[in-house]
Amino acid sequence: MTDRIRPCGCADFSRTELFRRAAASAGEGLPPIESGMPLPAGTGLSRRSFIARTAGLALSVYGASNLRLPLLDEGIAHAATQANESRVLVSVFLDGGADVLNLLFPAGDSRYYELRPKLALSPDIGVPFDEDSRLRWHPSAQAFATLHGEGKATVFPSIGYTSPDKSHFTSRHYWEVGATDATARTGWLGRFLDQAGRADNPLQGLALDNRLQPALATAKVPVASMDGPDRYSFKAFGVSGQTEARMLEALGQLGLAHERASDKGVRQAGDALAQSYRLRGQVSPFGTGTITSPVKYPGDQDDDFPRRLASLAAMLAAGLPLRCVALSAPGRYDTHADQADELSDGIKLTADSLLAFQRDLEARGLADRVLVHVWSEFGRRARENGSLGTDHGAAGFGLLLGTRAGGKMVGEYPGLTSGLDSEGNLKATSDFRGVYSGILEQWFETDAGAIIPNAGSFARPKLVR
Amino acid sequence: MSCATNSYVSLPAYKGPFGAAQAERLLWRAGFGPRPGQAKALAKKGVKNAVLSLTRPAGEKLVGPAPTDDKKVPIAPLDARGHELLWWLDRMVRTSAPTPERMTLIWHDWFATSIVGVKSQKLMLDQNQLLRKGGLGSFAELLLNVTKDPAMLLWLSGNKNTRLSPNENYARELMELFTLGAQRGYDESDVREQARALTGWRGYYRQKTGASDFRYEPNLHDTGIKTVFGKKGNFDWQDACRLCLEHPLHPSFFVRRLWSYFIPTAPGKKTQAELEKLYRGKYQVRPVVEAILQHPDLYRGPRMVKPPVVYTAGLLRAMGRGVDSTRWVRLTLTAGQRLFLPPDVSGWDDERWLDTATLRGRWDLVAWALRSVALDEKATGLPSDAFKLLTQAQSFWHVPGLLPGTRKVLLDFGQRSLAAKASPATVLNALRQLIAISPDLQTA
Repeated sequence: MTDRIRPCGCADFSRTELFRRAAASAGEGLPPIESGMPLPAGTGLSRRSFIARTAGLALSVYGASNLRLPLLDEGIAHAATQANESRVLVSVFLDGGADVLNLLFPAGDSRYYELRPKLALSPDIGVPFDEDSRLRWHPSAQAFATLHGEGKATVFPSIGYTSPDKSHFTSRHYWEVGATDATARTGWLGRFLDQAGRADNPLQGLALDNRLQPALATAKVPVASMDGPDRYSFKAFGVSGQTEARMLEALGQLGLAHERASDKGVRQAGDALAQSYRLRGQVSPFGTGTITSPVKYPGDQDDDFPRRLASLAAMLAAGLPLRCVALSAPGRYDTHADQADELSDGIKLTADSLLAFQRDLEARGLADRVLVHVWSEFGRRARENGSLGTDHGAAGFGLLLGTRAGGKMVGEYPGLTSGLDSEGNLKATSDFRGVYSGILEQWFETDAGAIIPNAGSFARPKLVR
Repeated sequence: MSCATNSYVSLPAYKGPFGAAQAERLLWRAGFGPRPGQAKALAKKGVKNAVLSLTRPAGEKLVGPAPTDDKKVPIAPLDARGHELLWWLDRMVRTSAPTPERMTLIWHDWFATSIVGVKSQKLMLDQNQLLRKGGLGSFAELLLNVTKDPAMLLWLSGNKNTRLSPNENYARELMELFTLGAQRGYDESDVREQARALTGWRGYYRQKTGASDFRYEPNLHDTGIKTVFGKKGNFDWQDACRLCLEHPLHPSFFVRRLWSYFIPTAPGKKTQAELEKLYRGKYQVRPVVEAILQHPDLYRGPRMVKPPVVYTAGLLRAMGRGVDSTRWVRLTLTAGQRLFLPPDVSGWDDERWLDTATLRGRWDLVAWALRSVALDEKATGLPSDAFKLLTQAQSFWHVPGLLPGTRKVLLDFGQRSLAAKASPATVLNALRQLIAISPDLQTA
């Protein structure tokens, strides 16, 4: 055994650490709030949009209790000066290791057909990728080709890092924390928010999901997760009117009473209650089913991804103070078997939804404020595996989308001859930490060195125009 | 009951007071919370016998009404979508032997298999029975059974792993998640060689014909020499499992992972070493569980957030209510733990149950649990006194005491609502909801 192998005798014990995964925590270490002090609300709606919306459901919750309105005003005053200046990053995760040799397949590389006798896509389908004549877009990824044609997509045809790890969880963890560090506990977006965020705005880091996304894990400021702003209410049977409003207040007060408890379990529960209360205050003007979009999104009501993107555009239009948003794309990308079937539907819904989101932002005049980053934990092995699938590989696929995206490919397609490592996986021609650093500097205009370890050692592509 | 406890005499055992509070914590950690009166009864046994009564139950009875859908029609676990979950949730609610059931949940998380990949409720339930049957026995046996289990073969491509086209999916997770831990004592070459050793299993599932042809076929097995952890041999699938178990880093992984399901703080060095000693070479689960459940850290350490499914089953146990709604499928999903649908093969993240989304999911769970017993807002005969209403709400959940902070907030809520002319029934409904969502009931 080599000396790299050692039993974990570390003092700080956790299952998370055992599996090399970041634990996102919603704002451990918030500044103290004195008991009896009213809860901060911090809705980011402009005064006008708030007043327009309070005619609906929000009034019945907040207006009736007559407790919260002064607080909401304070929050509005603060957010109104900030929100419109804020740029937003949307992180979209392709879960499982998306196969770049399928998404952007090298029809012009003869080795492709040797390595993928059964899985290779035919050279006469899909549209050509006009920055490299060897590559073509998967037919289901037509929407990405459309965005690329409009100069709104920066493509990373082989992105990764040196000494790639083939474990989903380890590699995903690296991408989430922004470093090849198995023990890091905060996400790269979480560390940005710890510097740029506020103590009373859970929406600044939002997972549009049923759970928090580890890339958003912070050490100081609160972050949030929810399925959608129109689905974030707290109802109970046999409780209505003013008592319902007071019950919601009591939920927040339970949080305040316990969010700084000495017992860790009690503190976790108290923290979740307090943050949920704050988040509810922020999104309360969205009643149930109030989201309308100027464009049509693909899929139906059961498809979470397009619905969440539509609600995201609506939240931005309402001026809510979002900074970093994370969500998972539909589809299963861990295609060990039957890859052709597994991949197509997910890619199509992902790409079509992101195109609709872009059109939505353009229609609402918000497109210049939003950058979308699409990533996956790794690519697949170049050679197919015999189960009509592919095993875990190294470098993979990435995209930056938006009117402000640079639109020029970053790193080249390395080819399947000299471009493979000793294990038959694509070598990386761009590094995700350089991309993160570029996003932090060029989009958020902040010092990447304070957020990405050894940021100076990674090349900075031009990502934002 | 014979007690084979002398093999871990050097492990510390809890010697402090063992009353209803300690017994209740034990019932939450090793089961799904107490039924009314159960904690008091268990406390009379003393810690050691209380633990042994849980880990070595004399038999099992399912107590209470059998599970149905919302129209009172019996569930169909093999066919109707989501009913496989109701079937298991019902066991958690009604069983008289909660610890074997809790172990089944632990193994479902440990060998996390998802219906998304398996696509068959029957195969998921077959695996579930396998985990239940072997849950407190030999981990070596359990590992072999899981390795050849049809649901697992489908989930991690074991059925596609053949001599001519090895598939690394299972080999990697076998070491990373099931026996050794990430980056602990194996490398990429071991992954490839273990995949070769594991070749030979086949089988498939088709919507029309169901599960077919799950068997070992020698022709598909790679009979060549493999090198695993520096050892050479013509290894097969059983060797692949054995090599992992015999790896010097396996006992420490096993003990740490198992401990983490019961106690949220790290075991001391000595405890860790003794637990490894207890486990090493024997692979018996029960003695390790019994030692953990008697450990002082369980009773003296901080509270743990209850996993969403444990929380749900516990609410129903406390209410004496059975599983009578398909709504639990969606509700447990939004609370963050839909059985048979772990987020991925590494299972659920037990340190991260609570965030703003899953907290709201728990709120909805409680609301749904309380729906059928919600009082009419105009109901009469209730006291117009916040103290008395809070006492009634506490006895509804069988909670004798509350944390001081919780009590103050709830009394304040009750007093202010009554002062604003809210009906006592409305206030009582809200107090039941708030007690259940308080940190008091979300942790144990």
